[in-house]
Amino acid sequence: MSTILEVEKPLLELEDKIRELREVDLTGQVDLSAEIRQLERKAKLLKASIYENLSGWDRVQIARHAARPTTIDYLENIFTDFTELHGDRLLGDDPAIVAGLARIEGRACIVFGHQKGKETKENLARNFGMPNPEGFRKACRLMRMAERFGLSIVSFIDTPGAYPGIVAEERGQFEAIASSIMLMTGIRAPIVTVVIGEGGSGGALGIAVGDRVLMLENSVYSVISPEGCATILWRDVTKAKQAANSLGLTSERLKELSLVDQILPEPLGGAHRDPGETYETVKKAITRNLNDLSRCTPTQLIEERYQKYRTMGRFRELDASDLD
Amino acid sequence: MARPNKSVLTGAPSEANWTKCLSCAAVLRKKTLEETTGVCPECGHHHKITAWQRLDMLSDAGSFKEWDRNLVSEDPLGFGQEYLDKLAKDRAKTKLTDAVLTGCCTLDGRALAIGIMDFRFRGGSMGSVVGERISRLLERAVERRIPSVVVTSSGGARMQEGMLSLMQMARTSAAVRKVNEAGLPYITILTDPTTAGVAASFASLGDVVLAEPKAIIGFSGARVIEQTIRQKLPPGFQTSEFYLKKGFIDQVVPRAEMRQTLSLILSMLCAGLDASKNKRSEGGQPS
Repeated sequence: MSTILEVEKPLLELEDKIRELREVDLTGQVDLSAEIRQLERKAKLLKASIYENLSGWDRVQIARHAARPTTIDYLENIFTDFTELHGDRLLGDDPAIVAGLARIEGRACIVFGHQKGKETKENLARNFGMPNPEGFRKACRLMRMAERFGLSIVSFIDTPGAYPGIVAEERGQFEAIASSIMLMTGIRAPIVTVVIGEGGSGGALGIAVGDRVLMLENSVYSVISPEGCATILWRDVTKAKQAANSLGLTSERLKELSLVDQILPEPLGGAHRDPGETYETVKKAITRNLNDLSRCTPTQLIEERYQKYRTMGRFRELDASDLD
Repeated sequence: MARPNKSVLTGAPSEANWTKCLSCAAVLRKKTLEETTGVCPECGHHHKITAWQRLDMLSDAGSFKEWDRNLVSEDPLGFGQEYLDKLAKDRAKTKLTDAVLTGCCTLDGRALAIGIMDFRFRGGSMGSVVGERISRLLERAVERRIPSVVVTSSGGARMQEGMLSLMQMARTSAAVRKVNEAGLPYITILTDPTTAGVAASFASLGDVVLAEPKAIIGFSGARVIEQTIRQKLPPGFQTSEFYLKKGFIDQVVPRAEMRQTLSLILSMLCAGLDASKNKRSEGGQPS
């Protein structure tokens, strides 16, 4: 996968040119400072216009970027005392979902999230962040524990989707996802979910029902991958770009549809351009939301959560006289 | 790009009164297939049937009152006129206003909330209307303190509604939880096919999960799995019989026995509910 977006190319070319001019300038033979300043102004404007007008497909590329911070990066950089807990107590441990106890600003939480790898070997070990049923069942076990011990729950979303494999189906992938979703709608503990990369369909939603669903600006969240949508609707995988732009998978669109609660801004060009700034943003957002939620009783929490999901949907209600 | 319609009514008739079994190719009278509610008398293959046929099969004659027929799908993401035309065509074809028919009825005199999906309507796909109807159905079951039954047949979420569709998985599952908490039985009947978003939400959450023989059930589609693992799937993979063996379904019930089985299970699961109702009608204080 290319680490440079198509739309970024003119900017990178311009930045290269500025660098060349600077090198010449440093030799002291010609004064290029005026040209350099002018090009730098141009680069700044170009940067703003490029990143303000990213298409759905551009966002998919950023969300899947190999250098984008993953769940473990957030665990290491915004939490303390992370203690990993393994296994679903039924069958095994799923490395595609990492889970455990951790503190954020001193508050003890249950934390879990999809884990992608940064390179091939790690990706194979993590199954590219695609959970098996054991992953969802591990999350369920820990959520029940959070409820029992009065802990908050934080989940990170970053998966192409639940794993489509023989064994995953055999062990009831559909049941694992359904049970996890239902548990999350009723667990008596505050839940903050952050979509940090790719929100791939049911495999994402399985651990993404929350009192507050936050989404990093360039993350995507979709009912089906753009490639899958193009294959099914138009029988042509090369139309993935068109599908990405039609599916309404960007943070802005999902906020408009009231399907996510807050958008977290990223550094220009994406979280990977300045991870430190991204960690700070995410840490503040999680803390603020957990503080807000800590004022609610568990009964209030689950009632408000129910009402929130209850209003999700768009349809028309016809008058009886309009019906055939 | 509409998929080939495999409904009984357009099965491959060379003559108006005849059709062919989609499994064993036996030539059958349409009337015969209507009498067996779509089950081939030669090989036992269960053809897909309409929500209306299913309703006749599972309810007392004349007892059904439809709910929420006036809720209709929009095109929230702007997929365009082609999608809207398909919706209109499916409404005309099925006499349904979306992919699930919901309402209340009685079965052997017992009141219940019932939802029946129809694969002919956009492949039974779940968009906002399906999610809303299923959720309202379950909420009304709680208000009326009656059991609920949902018959599923769906390829999954409706792509043209994007994330609004995906969220119906959460919306409906939350409603199932309300039913669970109210102590009311919720039974699901999985028919061919029940996959993806519907399988991974209200379909698999029944207190009792029944399935018709040889229905295709699962999360990922067979083609996607084969492409991922680059090998052929074993025969019988992702069928009701397979999931019965794996422990995800309570019983595989032939269509001809479904009504009786459902009625029997309800009569036992509702024993507590019936007892408290009798107590109340005998003059006890409602709790």
